[in-house]
Amino acid sequence: MAKVMLDVKELTTKYITRFNEDVYAVDRVSFQVEEGKSLGIAGESGCGKSTLALSLMGYYFAPLRYMSGSIKIDGREITSMKPDDARRSVLGAEIAYIPQAAMNALNPTQKIIRFIEDVIQAHDTSKTRKDIRDMARQRFEALNLPADVLDKHAVELSGGMKQRTVIAISTILSPKVLIADEPSSALDVTSQKMVIKMIFDLMRDGFIRSMIFITHELPLLYNVTDDIAVMYAGQFVEVGPAEQTVFDPIHPYSRGLMRSIIVPEAGAREQKLEAIPGTPPNLKKPPAGCRFAQRCKFASPQCRATEAAFTTIGGGRGYRCVYPEERLREVYAHA
Amino acid sequence: MPDIMMNGAAGRDHVGELCLSGKGVTKVYGMGARRTVAVDHVDFEFRKGEVISIVGESGSGKTTLVKMLLALTSVTEGDIYFMGGKRDITTRQKKHDYWRGIQAIFQDPFSSYNIFHKIDAVLLDCINMRGGKGFSKEKKTEMMSEACKFVNLEFKELTNKYPFELSGGQMQRLMIARIFLLQPRILLADEPTSMIDACSRATILDMLLNLRAEIGMTIIFVTHDIGLAYYVSDTVYIMERGRFVEFGGADDVILRPSAEYTRRLIQDVPKIHEPWDFTKRSPRAVLT
Amino acid sequence: MRNTLRQVSRSANFMIGFVTVMLILLMVGIYPLFNPGSPLDMIGLGTFFKPGTYISMYDAVETATAYTLRIDDAAAKRVAAKLPMADRESMKRWLIAYGIAEDAIHTDDLNDLLNLWNNTYDESARPAGLTSAFRKSVARIDAALEGLLEPLDVRVYTTSPETGETRETARIKDNQFINVSEVVNTRRLWLGTDNFGRDAFKELLAATGVSLKIGLIAGVIATALGLMLGLLSGFVGGIVDDIIMFFANLFTVIPGFVLLILISYSIGQEQRGATVVAAVIGCTSWVWTTRSVRAQTLSLRNRDHVNLSRLSGHTLPRILVTDILPYIASYVVMALILQICSGILAEAQLSMLGLGPKTTETPTLGLMMFWGMTYAAHQNGAWWAYFPVILMIALVSFSMNLMNTGLDQVFNPQLRS
Repeated sequence: MAKVMLDVKELTTKYITRFNEDVYAVDRVSFQVEEGKSLGIAGESGCGKSTLALSLMGYYFAPLRYMSGSIKIDGREITSMKPDDARRSVLGAEIAYIPQAAMNALNPTQKIIRFIEDVIQAHDTSKTRKDIRDMARQRFEALNLPADVLDKHAVELSGGMKQRTVIAISTILSPKVLIADEPSSALDVTSQKMVIKMIFDLMRDGFIRSMIFITHELPLLYNVTDDIAVMYAGQFVEVGPAEQTVFDPIHPYSRGLMRSIIVPEAGAREQKLEAIPGTPPNLKKPPAGCRFAQRCKFASPQCRATEAAFTTIGGGRGYRCVYPEERLREVYAHA
Repeated sequence: MPDIMMNGAAGRDHVGELCLSGKGVTKVYGMGARRTVAVDHVDFEFRKGEVISIVGESGSGKTTLVKMLLALTSVTEGDIYFMGGKRDITTRQKKHDYWRGIQAIFQDPFSSYNIFHKIDAVLLDCINMRGGKGFSKEKKTEMMSEACKFVNLEFKELTNKYPFELSGGQMQRLMIARIFLLQPRILLADEPTSMIDACSRATILDMLLNLRAEIGMTIIFVTHDIGLAYYVSDTVYIMERGRFVEFGGADDVILRPSAEYTRRLIQDVPKIHEPWDFTKRSPRAVLT
Repeated sequence: MRNTLRQVSRSANFMIGFVTVMLILLMVGIYPLFNPGSPLDMIGLGTFFKPGTYISMYDAVETATAYTLRIDDAAAKRVAAKLPMADRESMKRWLIAYGIAEDAIHTDDLNDLLNLWNNTYDESARPAGLTSAFRKSVARIDAALEGLLEPLDVRVYTTSPETGETRETARIKDNQFINVSEVVNTRRLWLGTDNFGRDAFKELLAATGVSLKIGLIAGVIATALGLMLGLLSGFVGGIVDDIIMFFANLFTVIPGFVLLILISYSIGQEQRGATVVAAVIGCTSWVWTTRSVRAQTLSLRNRDHVNLSRLSGHTLPRILVTDILPYIASYVVMALILQICSGILAEAQLSMLGLGPKTTETPTLGLMMFWGMTYAAHQNGAWWAYFPVILMIALVSFSMNLMNTGLDQVFNPQLRS
């Protein structure tokens, strides 16, 4: 069995709002990502995807607060570290995080090489400027980025190029885990493809050793990651290999998501587009029982009373539903 | 294809006649060194009863074109023809009449409302615009309830509420209720679902297409999502840097693109059943 | 709306500022009721009387009842008041020169010092090292000491206007007191008088009222102009925008204060009432409001709700009033407060230069400063003639800025924590 790079167990984190209410945005989430593999996280807005990404860094700042659970990167527990230690030795070196608006984070008055110097010298003060420049040049060339970008300012780069540059900068220390939160959603499709290609290059050359990829665009996720986890109301409701999760979902919510996909392919016009009615529950007061029960067209009174447990089945798959898999399949067959 | 699209044209307009067309429509911003041509001599012919999509990436000039079609901004050059004749918006009254025939739904439901006005005000405006100013209060309430019912909202629960008390999906549905009351001949839908989660998208699309069947109007979708354009429309126009590079029936344009730009655009969109360029997945059979 | 007001009232900054301004206004309104008469009456003959309670000497002798009180340290206090420390030091210096050991002289213990002095002092002695001028000044002190320890009664004589005969009508002993409340004529001058002999406190309150009025008029004019031009410029755009921005740029380039001085000067002293000055200030300070309202309008103009409002066939004024104005209303209120505040300051600056409202007819904070400066109040040690004015200007502008900060915290989502 391959080495586990990221091992998350029963992770729970919460937000504290201005009115001092608790919002449990990540609720008992467990998963593993092996070396060389990637996990995609799907779900509609407000389901806790981005909060999970922030929580995985082990560096918590208000209003986000760690509650319980463990995060191990390559066997090393990071939740018990002091915040400053976590920031110094984990962020950047072990785990890199790229939010959607990352490209807007580049200070327009600085040349790109300065950011790389900052990142490297924050972890290793012995490197000279020349070493860093050589290292950056090599890395940029390996990733098919023009090396003259190093001496440019952020404003001189296009949106897609900026995003790729930011990814190259944040992975310069070859972190073990890359967390990409909607890294290409603000870009047009061509730039998006370049960003994805670069992430594949990073993976292939071993510059990153595992990846969490978060997006609401299922077709993209299907093409990018090995496994897909579907998140709803702060919990994982289904985990499995991308292929099965997209084409053969078990959980009613996953099934609804997969049936809302539109792609420009032959046959897409004949497909019946479905919607999931209603809105996700308010996480300040999550409903009793299954959290999806209110919106689930297959729900029974039992669903609203019993909290659904996460069931693991073979082939790396698992789902969180009151009903067993066979029962669900039977229901789908008649739907 | 949903069935409703087939009988959608059964309304007021005869299918196939021109309802909105343009010749050499151009918009130039600024002058001198800052002169930018946002829309560059585009020709188009939108036919009654069709669902048309204008697809373009950000910066392609599609938003400017929408504004020109809606008479929200002036046309630098070229002519727009509306319902068989040249569009005349020279006076306030003529503009007002034009807006009775063409209406819009915008991308961001959160910024489509005046947050200081209650929801009733939005719908009352529509009734007034269609000459219902003198209607009795009961009649107005009845009309508003009917419109809300059409988009699956309960008017009684909405009355006296402010827009920010609604979810994004509800707000966008209320925008459709507005169109229901206005009954325009043409609806310009500018990215109506791009701010809405994919799983609620179908609801909005169904409502728009139902509305089209109900009042028989032409819908022009303006979107960057080529998959959505393919799914909903009969005719697709592809826009690149202020020009239409290709147009035609949806199947022709999407499945057999002739322009280089269209080919690239379609190629770059991640797919499910077909392979997506460099990814490791192999093509697979369509699962049903 | 109600919600906004509730939020505003919860902001500590705003409430402190608001309450301070309201208290000042209350004082300005109420004080004249207790102390009627024009604030410009020159009640004092002389300049810069010290703050304090002024009691009619005549009434104290003539009409008040005398009470005898036995107070032990009354005499000592009287002596101490008559023999200030400087004089005691002079006496000590003479004694040392005369040959008395320094540690035998206690300037703090008056009885001891006076006993030593009476036993030792000899006017004809010429101790070494003392100038004759110094000896003479010591001789004067010695003369004043006479009867200090055992005071004589003060006798009051009146001359009869008919007979011309002078007779003693009252004899005042050193232990006789009067009750202040029985004296018919007293006047409390909280801040003394200014250079003209006006009651400075009364003048200060009246001036604050006038200055606030000037600030309010200037602020309202500037904000109304700025709002109107900004809305038009931002929403209509095109040539209207170009023309308005041309003038706005012109006003930005020319320092506003120079313009203010020139206009004030050309109007002339006679025409410059408080209202005119306020209007002039208002008309020269609309630029910043215009610019910021224009910027806000520009960002709102392309919002979809405005587009929808146009598609619904609403007229331009209606769109401006219902779809733009409410969004920038909080901002305009904040701009108004700042404009009022800067109007008060501009008036003070102008008046300091002698270009404020007509100098003798209205009191304003700036004019009080002007007179204080002209009559060298600072060099004369008359702090009460200028310091409270500075304090009042600072207090008004501080509390208004505090209100503004409070509003900003309520309305600016970025500052909400």
